[in-house]
Amino acid sequence: MTSAASARKNAPIWVRLLLPRDAPLYQRNDAVMGWLMALPALLILTIFLVIPFMMAFVVSFTNQRLISPNPAEWVGFRNFERLLTIRNFTLEPERDDSGAIVYADGEISYPRLREFTRNNPDYPELDGLREFTSWQSGDNRTVILVGDVVFLRALINTLIFAAVIAPLQGGLALLLALLLNQALPFINVFRSIYFAPVVVSMVVVSLLWRFIYDGQNGLLNTILGMITFGNFQPVDWLGNPYTAMPAMIAMSAWQAVGFHMVIWLAGLQTIPVSLYEAAGLDGAGAFQKFRYVTWPGLRNTAVLVLIVITIQAMGLFVQVDVMTRGGPLDATQSVVFQAVQRGYDKQDIAEGAAISVILFVIVFTIAMVQRYLTRERS
Amino acid sequence: MKKAASLLVLAIMLVAFSGLASAQTELSLWYHGAGNETERSILLGIIDDFNALQSDYAVVLEEFPQESYNSSIVAAALAGDLPDIIDVDGPVMPGWAWAGYMVPLNLSEGALDDFLPGAIGTWNGDVYSVGLWDAAVALLALESTLDAHGIRVPTLDAPWTGEEFDDILEQLQATGDYEYALDLGMAWTGEWYPYAFSPLLQSFGGDMIDRDTYLSAEGVLNGDEAVAFGEWWQSLFERGLAAGTSQDGADRETCFIDQTCAVQWNGNWAGLGALEAHGDDLLFLPAPDFGAGSTIGAASWQFGISSASENPEGASAFIEFAIQDEYLAAFSDGIGLIPATSSAAAISEYYSEGGPLEVFYGLSNEQALVRPVTPGYATMALIFEKALADIANGADVLDTLDAAVDEIDQDIEDNGGYGFEM
Repeated sequence: MTSAASARKNAPIWVRLLLPRDAPLYQRNDAVMGWLMALPALLILTIFLVIPFMMAFVVSFTNQRLISPNPAEWVGFRNFERLLTIRNFTLEPERDDSGAIVYADGEISYPRLREFTRNNPDYPELDGLREFTSWQSGDNRTVILVGDVVFLRALINTLIFAAVIAPLQGGLALLLALLLNQALPFINVFRSIYFAPVVVSMVVVSLLWRFIYDGQNGLLNTILGMITFGNFQPVDWLGNPYTAMPAMIAMSAWQAVGFHMVIWLAGLQTIPVSLYEAAGLDGAGAFQKFRYVTWPGLRNTAVLVLIVITIQAMGLFVQVDVMTRGGPLDATQSVVFQAVQRGYDKQDIAEGAAISVILFVIVFTIAMVQRYLTRERS
Repeated sequence: MKKAASLLVLAIMLVAFSGLASAQTELSLWYHGAGNETERSILLGIIDDFNALQSDYAVVLEEFPQESYNSSIVAAALAGDLPDIIDVDGPVMPGWAWAGYMVPLNLSEGALDDFLPGAIGTWNGDVYSVGLWDAAVALLALESTLDAHGIRVPTLDAPWTGEEFDDILEQLQATGDYEYALDLGMAWTGEWYPYAFSPLLQSFGGDMIDRDTYLSAEGVLNGDEAVAFGEWWQSLFERGLAAGTSQDGADRETCFIDQTCAVQWNGNWAGLGALEAHGDDLLFLPAPDFGAGSTIGAASWQFGISSASENPEGASAFIEFAIQDEYLAAFSDGIGLIPATSSAAAISEYYSEGGPLEVFYGLSNEQALVRPVTPGYATMALIFEKALADIANGADVLDTLDAAVDEIDQDIEDNGGYGFEM
């Protein structure tokens, strides 16, 4: 080796890249080439994802407004405190002069919470808090007071939405994929049909489903009425706090099931036919083939589908915005809807940013846990 | 050589012509009504007239869809890219004025004398915006319906009392002829709630905020009067007298036309369609009086001048030019809006004496109360909307109103009083 060549070898990467040499660039250093190829994507991700998130992180510790002549100030953890404050409080029954518990309609009567949570100098720590839930404990009532009922509901709703839709949508998609992974005539027609809702904008789908769920003469009520010969009492699907979220879950699962079906299909087609043939020779039935050939072969696909559905579910927004705007009685509030509503509609960009930061931490944690649980075990 | 010379002459001529054209200073105008051809042609007519009749300024129109108009303005303001003239929705104006997006108008003395109060946008004692029209809300009902059930026709001087109104709704619902006796338009989420429903609250004696200080809603939005309103509001849905928050938008549009609702709370913009369906039988009735008077909301889209304009005099001149009666009447005839002056109403098709929508001019003139004039309105409106939706869905009235008050007060405090003395 000449001394020049060894000097080149010991030089830093950028020097080596700049020095003229006979071999073409892509042969010189795979790592450098790799970074170069990733550069455009990294640049775009940095500008549109990393930097905005950093800004959101910074803004979440200020009182920055969307429209305001007032300069932004640091407020520490105020935004997070408001969102996440939770306290429990024991409400004692009302007692008459003799100290006996007062009953009204056979139930113990309690003072109104507002007497403690509004302008009561004896309970400054409760000021502005609202009841999230409460239960009976002896004669007393234990009340969970929170700083932001709507946000907490949104958070719980979103987690429930994700927890239900991940197995539901993933499972349905797998079922469809298994059905469609056959060499039947017109199979592509069916594949296209199941994929169609994915291509349609979520806004349009949501609008259509609002008609379907209409409480008076919606398609769903009409069909249910027909197949029960008119015995079915029409349900106001989106107007009832108990049915609104299930209705939204069903509609969301339907909309994106085709997308995950295609991913499952791709996974299915990577499994060699010879494995099935070998299993058949060993006397495996249809279920055993699925259990011992298909499912292990779909392992990586399953991890992907699960993580993608969960992340999408945590970003629940369009359906809520178009169909219910979080109602009725906060039954369909979602975290992203609250971030957008507070950040833009209510012009409190700092609080919107704080919600985004909390969402990031949650999604990151869930993704890490999923990675850990689905890791390759040796 | 000859060719070169002629080219040179041509070049000089070109420069001279473009110099002539730029003798008029360009003023950009942003408008929210993209997609509406009638609106566009009327507005372009005004602009062409203005550009032709004076030589200092040339107004250039740029249109936006209504849904993205406000965010376009905010983005332009952040980027320092605002046009000279903007249009602005009445209740939003104080926010933009406070944020420094707008400067006061400079109109000649008496230019707004005859204007409807709701068409003039005032903030901090200065006029920042003026509307070519206003909008109004009324109860729509059929004379034949009222006659058939022996119900008296209310007037501006003697509107239905709250109790009377409630009895009428019960009576009409009991006939079984209607899905709902009353259609409030719960399907129209967003600005409709504060615009259409806060007047009902005001008629009970409550409000969205204490208008003396603009610093707190305590005792106003959760006082006894407001609670009484809330209880009544909730009972409308409990008793099945009105369609709730899950109302389908199509039902809202068609229920009165198809007579599946007996009485409808709706704006003047829906008047023409209802007239077409019911003709002379149709009545536009004033809001009921629940004790503190019969009142409706006011203020629609208005024109103002952005703080980025280098030619505010020119912008003012255009706005003053645009508020002539003939243009007010043109907008009214074109899209059915209420002309902002009585003299324009007199020459308009629908609002002149004996015109089919004349009553709305009276409503606007007599009863209209603008929505709270504060930069905090945008946030307050959303909080109010949610409170009304929750109460309609059965939430505890007092707790819900308390929560709304807390949120409004918190927001005002966070914003240092929104320019009001704390």
